Amino acid sequence: MELNGKVPPGDLAEKWTKYKSSMPLVSPDNKRRLDVIVVGSGLAGASAAASLGELGYNVKCFTFHDSPRRAHSIAAQGGINAAKNYKNDGDSVYRLFYDTIKGGDYRAREGNVHRLAEVSVDIIDQCVAQGVPFAREYGGTLDNRSFGGTQVQRTFYARGQTGQQLLIGAYQALSRQISLGKVTMYNRHEMLDVVLIDGKARGIITRNLVTGKIERHAAHAVVLGTGGYGNVFYLSTNAMMCNVTAAWRAVRRGALMANPCYTQIHPTCIPQYGDYQSKLTLMSESLRNDGRVWVPKQKADAEAIRQGKKRGADIPEADRDYYLERRYPAYGNLVPRDVASRAAKMVCDEGLGIVPTGLGVYLDFAAAIERYGKSKAHSSNMENPSAQQIWDLGKAIVEEKYGNLFEMYEKITGEDPYRNPMKIYPAVHYTMGGLWVDYNLETNIPGLFAAGECNFSDHGANRLGASALMQGLADGYFVLPYTIGTFLSKEIRTPKFNTDLPEFAEAEKAVRDRLHGFMTTNGKQSAESFHRRLGKIMWEYCGMARNAEGLAKARRLIQELKAEFYADLYVPGSTDEFNPELEKAARVADFLEMGELMCIDALKRSESCGGHFREEFQTEEGEAMRDDEHFMFVAAWGWQDTSQEPELHKEPLIYENIKVAARSYK
Amino acid sequence: MKLNLKIWRQQNAKASGRFESYQVDANEHMSFLEMLDVLNEGLVSTQKEPVAFEHDCREGICGTCSLVITGQPHGPQSGTTTCQLHMRHFHEGETIVIEPYRAKAFPVLKDLVVDRSAFDRIIQAGGYVSVDTGAAPDGNDILIGKEVAAKSFDAAACIGCGACVAACPNASAMLFVSAKVSHLALLPQGKPESARRAMNMVHQMDEEGFGMCSNVTACEAECPKGISVENIARLNREFIGASFTTSK
Repeated sequence: MELNGKVPPGDLAEKWTKYKSSMPLVSPDNKRRLDVIVVGSGLAGASAAASLGELGYNVKCFTFHDSPRRAHSIAAQGGINAAKNYKNDGDSVYRLFYDTIKGGDYRAREGNVHRLAEVSVDIIDQCVAQGVPFAREYGGTLDNRSFGGTQVQRTFYARGQTGQQLLIGAYQALSRQISLGKVTMYNRHEMLDVVLIDGKARGIITRNLVTGKIERHAAHAVVLGTGGYGNVFYLSTNAMMCNVTAAWRAVRRGALMANPCYTQIHPTCIPQYGDYQSKLTLMSESLRNDGRVWVPKQKADAEAIRQGKKRGADIPEADRDYYLERRYPAYGNLVPRDVASRAAKMVCDEGLGIVPTGLGVYLDFAAAIERYGKSKAHSSNMENPSAQQIWDLGKAIVEEKYGNLFEMYEKITGEDPYRNPMKIYPAVHYTMGGLWVDYNLETNIPGLFAAGECNFSDHGANRLGASALMQGLADGYFVLPYTIGTFLSKEIRTPKFNTDLPEFAEAEKAVRDRLHGFMTTNGKQSAESFHRRLGKIMWEYCGMARNAEGLAKARRLIQELKAEFYADLYVPGSTDEFNPELEKAARVADFLEMGELMCIDALKRSESCGGHFREEFQTEEGEAMRDDEHFMFVAAWGWQDTSQEPELHKEPLIYENIKVAARSYK
Repeated sequence: MKLNLKIWRQQNAKASGRFESYQVDANEHMSFLEMLDVLNEGLVSTQKEPVAFEHDCREGICGTCSLVITGQPHGPQSGTTTCQLHMRHFHEGETIVIEPYRAKAFPVLKDLVVDRSAFDRIIQAGGYVSVDTGAAPDGNDILIGKEVAAKSFDAAACIGCGACVAACPNASAMLFVSAKVSHLALLPQGKPESARRAMNMVHQMDEEGFGMCSNVTACEAECPKGISVENIARLNREFIGASFTTSK
């Protein structure tokens, strides 16, 4: 299959503007004849559904949650990037574009990323107009802060709850379209298959999660905004219900899964503490603006801390290794996520970890509290302030910036992070891989679009902080509403599809048979227990560091686990009722296949880049070593028939504007 | 630690429910929901039906989790959602009573799961700013003072979990409605339609069968996000003002 990214020709900075002005349109009258299905109601799904409804299309929007406002976008903490240059610190669209390409380790499409940087400025304006209460300066203008992998301040934020506020903005826009009758909302409906008619996506099969009813829904086009697949690792910062099912069902109907091995391991999460643990909690990257990451220099000190004989505060300055500041002086604690995560793993592997499991490092705010305290004391004309006064003043400022994060940390760990440094360790957070899409965000199945985290398009092999919110909203508000017209403009005389067509009947039967299969396996083990075991295999062999031998082994182990799953699964209850165990079983079945594909992709990519670190390919200092000659391509996998080997399609990456270089943050 | 649980079981919205007793072996590092996971894993392993409860992000922001734990929505810790509640706040041998939210407007779907879609319909009635994508001025064209933005944010921090309704003896949704009305009415962007918004949202709240507010303020006490009843005062002001200026 020839993969055509359809990036328009011309100057990089002009591509999107020219393309927008020349792409085919659908007239308002014709929009009213066209139906669009949007699956997912997170930032990408809700913004797309609302915007398409505003344009006049008839939209049906689906979520498995009880309300569109619950989507996992809501948990994003730190912020959203935009090239506004409000700080006058040299930011520009080009610089955001460049940082994103470099941050992604030269594995993303130039054209897509430049467009993302261009529309970033419109997103902020749109969100402000909707009433998103971004942080402000005293003069009333918008405030910014820094995130990893950049040297400018371009991150807009609403305390540590930026995702929540942006999602509520999109949810409100969606609610308005629901009230106007332009969007029909289906809560508690899970998509279990996509329906193709003459090779084009024309509908979906859903299960009503309250009644268990299997339903058919037809439309002229289908948009997936169904998020990432980080929960393949079982333990991740993703919400419990995040899953790959919608995207994976599309793969099983012929869509391609691109770069599945690119997983983001976020450096600052609360370390794991027990076998019963159900998820990991992120501590926002914004904390690295002020927090300093360190471990003791001496193994003996680390050992004493692990045994509870010493505390972090007992270690004198001279005996601490601020390893990020030491190794990466130019970016310091604000190196990109993949770099910070690997560095944490490296010091812990050396035996310097500071939690009982050995897997944890400090994130310390003492210096920031003192710095802010002194500055505040000075600006309030205090003479000879005491250490306590300085600490109190500094604490108040840190609290204002990150209060909710500190509170969250204290609730989970029972420790006061103002007094004792936070303990953190990397955890799975985001997946850069996803459904292959062209410049129009259309998959290789005509009429099937993918937006937000569920596509692979903009982040290459590593996503920079505060760029997920940007991409989700860029796709939904400002890209898809235009580009979907390239497909729908050819469909203006296509009548509505009847759900009695044989293609719908076939897909419904396939869904019913599959669910029936889970219910009647009558084995002994829960879906949850299989998921945990899959997660352990993935983290061990396809996590922060990978090698050929481990990946081959992981693939074997997953195949064995899958066979066991289909032989020994137990699902209580029945299909025609509220049955979370059945939902889980169907999702775990898809995770098993996705996990295997991730290992296959990671094995095939014999290089290290971004979040994909192959131990065989590293420099002497332990930095990732790319192989541009052989691997400067998007790996798009087709796997309709999982009894066969998956098929690899390569889309070469062509850099016309950026000089591809070794990625250095030193 | 060994715990006794009394949990509300109800097959579906039409069936009548009852309490059932369970024993669970937990440890103090677990979150409350992880303790329920352990209970459910045990039930499934003996081929019994697990307890249905709702949860998703498990970090206190999505608003999916609920539960009334020994009489308190989201349990005994203030400013804490059920998913952030940890077992170190309970003691060996304690009996914990776990019920769904109880309100006419939140019918039980199964066990501890209730239908909160009434909240969505209240937002659809007017909880938004009417602006289409692409019609926005530059973000800095609208100046908003730091304190005003912070106050609006405090109201916008509502997670829509419904604890305010569960806490209220009248099952009133005033705190939820007032949080949205305040969030938008405080900002210049929300001003032009603030009267319509207050009127329509209150009307929808009444339609859904929520009770009246009688200033008990249990809602504020139980709100996991600390939403203040000051917002209710602002809603009342907006509503009374609106009744002079709108036709509804």
